[in-house]
Amino acid sequence: MRLGNLEIEIIIALFLVLTALWTVMARSLLRAAIGLALTSAMLTVMMYKLNAPLAAVFELSVCSGLISVIFITTISLTQPLTWAEIYEHERERLSRFRPLPFIILLLGLFFWLVKVDLALPTVVAEKVTDVRVVLWSLRQLDLVGQIICLLAGAFGVTILFKAWRGK
Amino acid sequence: MVGSFIFVPILLLMIVNVLSFSHKSKLHNILFGFGLLTALAQIALVLWPNKNFWQLTANYQFNVIKFNLAADNLTLVMLLAIGLVGLIALIVARGLINDVDQEYNFTNLWFIALTGMNGLVLATDIFSLYVFIEITAVASFILIALTKERDALEGAFKYVIFSSFATVLMLAAIALLVFFAGDTSFAAIANAIKANPGNSLILMGLILYLLSVFIKSGLIPFHGWLPDAYSAAPAITSIFIAGIVTKVVGIYPLIRFVQLTGTLADPLRNILLLVGGTSIVIAALSALGQTNFKRLLAYSSISQMGYIVLGLAAGSALGLAGAILHIFNHAVFKSLLFINAAAVEKQTGTLDIDKMGGLAEKMPYTGATSAIASLSTAGIPPLSGFWSKLLIIIALWNAQLYFYATVAVLASLLTLGYMLTLQRKVFFGQLENAFYETKEAGWQLVLPSLLLAGIILGLGLGFPWLINTWLIPIGKIL
Repeated sequence: MRLGNLEIEIIIALFLVLTALWTVMARSLLRAAIGLALTSAMLTVMMYKLNAPLAAVFELSVCSGLISVIFITTISLTQPLTWAEIYEHERERLSRFRPLPFIILLLGLFFWLVKVDLALPTVVAEKVTDVRVVLWSLRQLDLVGQIICLLAGAFGVTILFKAWRGK
Repeated sequence: MVGSFIFVPILLLMIVNVLSFSHKSKLHNILFGFGLLTALAQIALVLWPNKNFWQLTANYQFNVIKFNLAADNLTLVMLLAIGLVGLIALIVARGLINDVDQEYNFTNLWFIALTGMNGLVLATDIFSLYVFIEITAVASFILIALTKERDALEGAFKYVIFSSFATVLMLAAIALLVFFAGDTSFAAIANAIKANPGNSLILMGLILYLLSVFIKSGLIPFHGWLPDAYSAAPAITSIFIAGIVTKVVGIYPLIRFVQLTGTLADPLRNILLLVGGTSIVIAALSALGQTNFKRLLAYSSISQMGYIVLGLAAGSALGLAGAILHIFNHAVFKSLLFINAAAVEKQTGTLDIDKMGGLAEKMPYTGATSAIASLSTAGIPPLSGFWSKLLIIIALWNAQLYFYATVAVLASLLTLGYMLTLQRKVFFGQLENAFYETKEAGWQLVLPSLLLAGIILGLGLGFPWLINTWLIPIGKIL
């Protein structure tokens, strides 16, 4: 059986929700970071399917790649939780997330059945496909902003987490 | 050349950090010196504008940099406030932070926050605005948690959660607006709003944007993070964040919103009036019940930001001029009050105002400057706070918003109430025995306090000059 576009998008959306849930419910920080990278990867596929290849490339390189590296570096600088602490954390905090999958499914079902017509104007998909034009002409300021944001994140990791190792 | 406001701070920061082979204290002195120069240059460029500097765009710099930045009079006021509070925070940090590592970290983050705020007020594009809001927010999270104490981490965590939610709302708003505008520039969005009057999706986008900036500003009922973040943060962070960051990250995008939408549609104006009026009254009532010096100031901040929102809701040039003057005034007197709180905490070891009394006898400069800032907050003439509140109230009255004008007047009495209570409990009355040996805080705190008190007096007395040369031209951006 050959899958249609819609079926593929539904499958991707389903995987996206699953990986996102895994991220917020993972027992260890490392698994959560990996979950986040996978969620970004799913989002990348979805963006590509929605005819936004540039956004997809950025999602993959920055969110799935760079941000994951920063997270994993941070985690390596902190002391991991003991199993007893993980159990306590799970009992106290994670139980509140249990209804989350059902809520998401119900919401999805609602919008599927109700078919809300938002009357959005037709969007022209990315007009400029040349990455050089986008980066160096159109969004240069944002690119510099992203670099500064990452620099701030790096300072945060150094300041807040470095001294925690071994404590 | 206006791109220098973004490039210079970040380049100086990187240069010093690359030179990290040197001893930390020496390195910090270099970074501190660069910081002072940057802030002073920023103030000088605004106060004594050079035509060539402001007219040349960054396109001319190296022929590869093509930033769409622009500076109108509002931007100039914001850059001045950022430079001034930044300068003050840098000097005060020298007196408040004893640990070289921590001071070095503070100065690094100060540079990043400064770059973020400068970029934010110079942006001409809604997505760039969002990017620079995030830079400032990330630096602020770390600044709040700087000491890594439990309360500070909790305050920072709350700010992260609220801020993330605000980010989601802002991105959704941008997405909806770009659907119609086809571009992210302010001009394109303003045109799209004008071309589609009454469009429910545009209205939804604008409401989401409003909610986002309300959270970032900590206005009621979106204020959950603000009292905790302000009171739990290290003293120096409270001065910097309460003094300028919240205004640039929350209130400035709100002003641009009012500018984009032109004449405010009724639902939007009603939202602004309701949130502004509620913030003024509820936060002032909450401030009355506080016993922690910094927490009281945090609620006072929310209340004063309510005045700014009411000024914007008036929808006139006069209201906008009043709101912008109140932003500047609030940056000055709130920074001063937080410096006073830091001085008192440093010298007495407590922030509990019920345990204090008679400190003006031992800390005369702190006491006197605190009285000036308190009276300005309450809007007592001829201090600067009086004029901005007066402009806002007249603008509300002219717009036939009599109820909100009355609320603004009556809430000033509440402000006077909690500010006088604060003064009486901390600085006047019988000196507590425990503070018999207390001395004035060092020059790093006294000098900035005197400077800020001087600005409050100077702006109040020089108001006739100020309104014609600065304020009315700013109001015309509407």
